[in-house]
Amino acid sequence: MIRAAQMEEYNNNGKMHPKKFSLVLLIVGMTMLFLGLTSAFLVREAEGNWLHFSLPPQFVGSTVAVVISSLSMYFAYYSAKKDNLKSVTIGMAVTLVAGLSFVYFQYLGFNDMADRGIYFSPANGSAGGLVSGSFVIMFIALHLLHLLGGIIFVTVVLVKSLMLKVHKKDTLSISMCNTYWHFVGVLWIYLYLFLNFAPQL
Amino acid sequence: MSNDHGHHKETFISKYVFSMDHKMISKQFLITGIIMGVMGVAMSILFRLQLAWPDTSFPILNWLFGDQWAPEGRLDSGFYMGLVTIHGTIMVFYVLTAGLSGTFSNLLIPLQVGARDMASPFMNMLSYWFFFLSSVVLMSSMFVSTGPASGGWTIYPPLSALAKAMPGSGLGMTLWLIAIILFIVSALLGGINYITTVLNMRTKGMSMNRMPLTIWAFLLTAILGLLSFPVLLGGGLLLMFDRLAGTSFYLSDIFLGGGIGALEQSGGSPILFQHLFWFLGHPEVYIIIMPALGITSEVIAVNSRKPIFGYTAMVISLIGIAVLSFLVWGHHMFITGMNPFLGTVFLIMTLIIAVPSAVKTFNYLATLWKGSIRFTNGMMFAIGLVSFFITGGLTGLFLGNAALDISLHDTYFVVAHFHLVMGSSAIFGMMAGIYHWFPRMFGRTMNKTLGYIHFWLTFISAYMVFFPMHFQGLAGVPRRYYTFDILPEFAPWLDVNVFITMAAILGGVAQIIFLWNFFSSIFAGEKSSQNPWGANTLEWTSPVEHIHGNWPGEIPTVYRWPYDYSLPDMDEDFVPQNVPDEGSSEEIHVTPVNPVSSDAKKEPEESNVMFFTMVKNWFGLGRA
Ligand code: HEM
Ligand SMILES: [Cu+2]
Repeated sequence: MIRAAQMEEYNNNGKMHPKKFSLVLLIVGMTMLFLGLTSAFLVREAEGNWLHFSLPPQFVGSTVAVVISSLSMYFAYYSAKKDNLKSVTIGMAVTLVAGLSFVYFQYLGFNDMADRGIYFSPANGSAGGLVSGSFVIMFIALHLLHLLGGIIFVTVVLVKSLMLKVHKKDTLSISMCNTYWHFVGVLWIYLYLFLNFAPQL
Repeated sequence: MSNDHGHHKETFISKYVFSMDHKMISKQFLITGIIMGVMGVAMSILFRLQLAWPDTSFPILNWLFGDQWAPEGRLDSGFYMGLVTIHGTIMVFYVLTAGLSGTFSNLLIPLQVGARDMASPFMNMLSYWFFFLSSVVLMSSMFVSTGPASGGWTIYPPLSALAKAMPGSGLGMTLWLIAIILFIVSALLGGINYITTVLNMRTKGMSMNRMPLTIWAFLLTAILGLLSFPVLLGGGLLLMFDRLAGTSFYLSDIFLGGGIGALEQSGGSPILFQHLFWFLGHPEVYIIIMPALGITSEVIAVNSRKPIFGYTAMVISLIGIAVLSFLVWGHHMFITGMNPFLGTVFLIMTLIIAVPSAVKTFNYLATLWKGSIRFTNGMMFAIGLVSFFITGGLTGLFLGNAALDISLHDTYFVVAHFHLVMGSSAIFGMMAGIYHWFPRMFGRTMNKTLGYIHFWLTFISAYMVFFPMHFQGLAGVPRRYYTFDILPEFAPWLDVNVFITMAAILGGVAQIIFLWNFFSSIFAGEKSSQNPWGANTLEWTSPVEHIHGNWPGEIPTVYRWPYDYSLPDMDEDFVPQNVPDEGSSEEIHVTPVNPVSSDAKKEPEESNVMFFTMVKNWFGLGRA
């Protein structure tokens, strides 16, 4: 109850909710993780002895899925602000399905790379020297981990919306979910473009 | 609403163990930090014994470490390296990052900005427990049969990447990595909380330009941590993969003796790790020193009874240091064969960072100048920080010159540099904070005489230990060597090593005095008054008793900056931040060094909204 009182004291002066602000900071930290690792990719690539290979075609599907899910997420958020409870549930459900199909496309993509002999580690059978493969797979897996966190978040909000707990007067959870989901979406698009074009730099 | 506070029942567990109260968490950080500090100091004295008397047998070593690590009372060379590594890790991360920033950010941020607690007390509690777990994992690596990590606190591959490289590269190294990953989680949980609390939860009237410099320092420290720790996490993850999953991010063309032969890893780059490590590593050293500088600003202003000199300049130099600290990591890598042009860029950036550092130093001196100085224990240590910061900072300029660094790198000159500017300086800042805020933490003061003895012994012994190391380094004595017996050129330095070790033992003994003073004062120290130092900041307006929510009634409103000391026409020589202006306030508040215009101070306003409107507009984030 201290928390509630404390929030009350701070809430009414037009600032972002502290919880949401913390989420934004967390996203900044995650962004630094990926910026650091993609820089490492560039530094290592510049040293040569690097296998260039094209990304699996299935990733186009993942990208489409991520865009759709972002749109539906935004639709749900928008509907919550307009107190349109049914649309909230629909939007969240579409987001969840699109998110899961993203995971499926990633799985297909992993298989495609494995078929071409690109593995995470040489111990798994690929020839030595395929650091590029390790890097790419590491990026995708790390992103997937962040996205799975998002899927849990989306599921929670979906359940809340089924219980009619997401509405105009309580948009905090859906707005945080919205921010995080867009982040994982943008992160994927960044990685996809980066991995497509960085090798040509 | 505030009547709720203290209503719920507190058990021993919820009050002292899994506490969510920032004041208790701060004590937990401090005491854990002190325990880790004792371990770190003890290790350093043990390996100094080896350096001073390489051929002597010390039964105590054998008693402590057994026949495996100290046969016949002489340290095993691998274990010597293990002690050095764990000493460095403990001091840098566990004492000077968590112990310093964790303690004082937790104690002071809510109290000085006027908040009932951290933005998320739960995350705050998690932050401590991750830190605690991390400490346990790190210390447990001292007890595994292959010994602790022993490739230095910078854990460069390949030693750290190949479990078979040497005994310490085995389980000990894995535990080190797990410990650091837990540590990073703790630092991020804490840091996110600190930033949110400072930016989001300040009391009425506490605009950014009225924040005490401590808060500015903690805020920027947390931002540095948020931006740099994830990169170390990335670097550590790749290292983990190399160790456990057989990848070769950092490994290339390695041939191991002992019948193992050529390894299948290839194509990696060990230099890559150095980039990732130092991208954190350099900001990390400022993560360590900035809270200490913030504490010093506060302690020096209070005890000079003068407004801090150049508040705005202090803030700008902190920001400058924070930004520049991301652009200089290459100065740790001058000799890795980097492109000389790139080296020059790092060189220039490195020398530029000396400018804000110097601004801060001069501002401290100017604040002391003609002040009515009170030499409290806290003040002594704060002045000590300034001394060490100058001595150690100057050698940074030598090292920052790429050409000089070719001969100085990896010698005792570097050891001297960072032990003065970081080891001694930041420890003195931490001590200043402990003596100064002890009354706020425990309602009692520490013994002043013992404090003076502690100060002088520590101050003198630190210079006796680290000053001679400069000359060793200039003569080329390399760091991280177990013994210099085999190299006749270094024989003359043996006497110096004996001198240093004796000074180190003196310094260690001085810390026993501190420990006695600290722990006995918690229970038996002299009861302190509400505001023993006559300070202006809000923490001295909240009752010392342990209450949730910090203030029994409303949170105080802030009407002025925190440095109104010795104003003319006032009965007292200080005016706390929550004292409103009355009548002819204009005249009273225009002091020559006061950068806050008097208009800005007239009434409580919510200028902090601005920042958020700005952020929101940039990122299109509406209010939740
Ligand atoms: C005036 C500002 C400073 C400059 C120009 C500077 C410059 C340098 C340079 C060039 C090195 C690399 C030496 C080498 O390995 O060959 C170095 C090492 C180091 N500096 Fe500084 N420094 C400054 C301030 C600081 C501060 C404030 C701290 C900490 C609070 C610090 C902590 C360290 C540490 C820990 C190392 C050694 C790391 C290691 O190799 O184990 N420095 N410094
Ligand atoms: Cu540095």
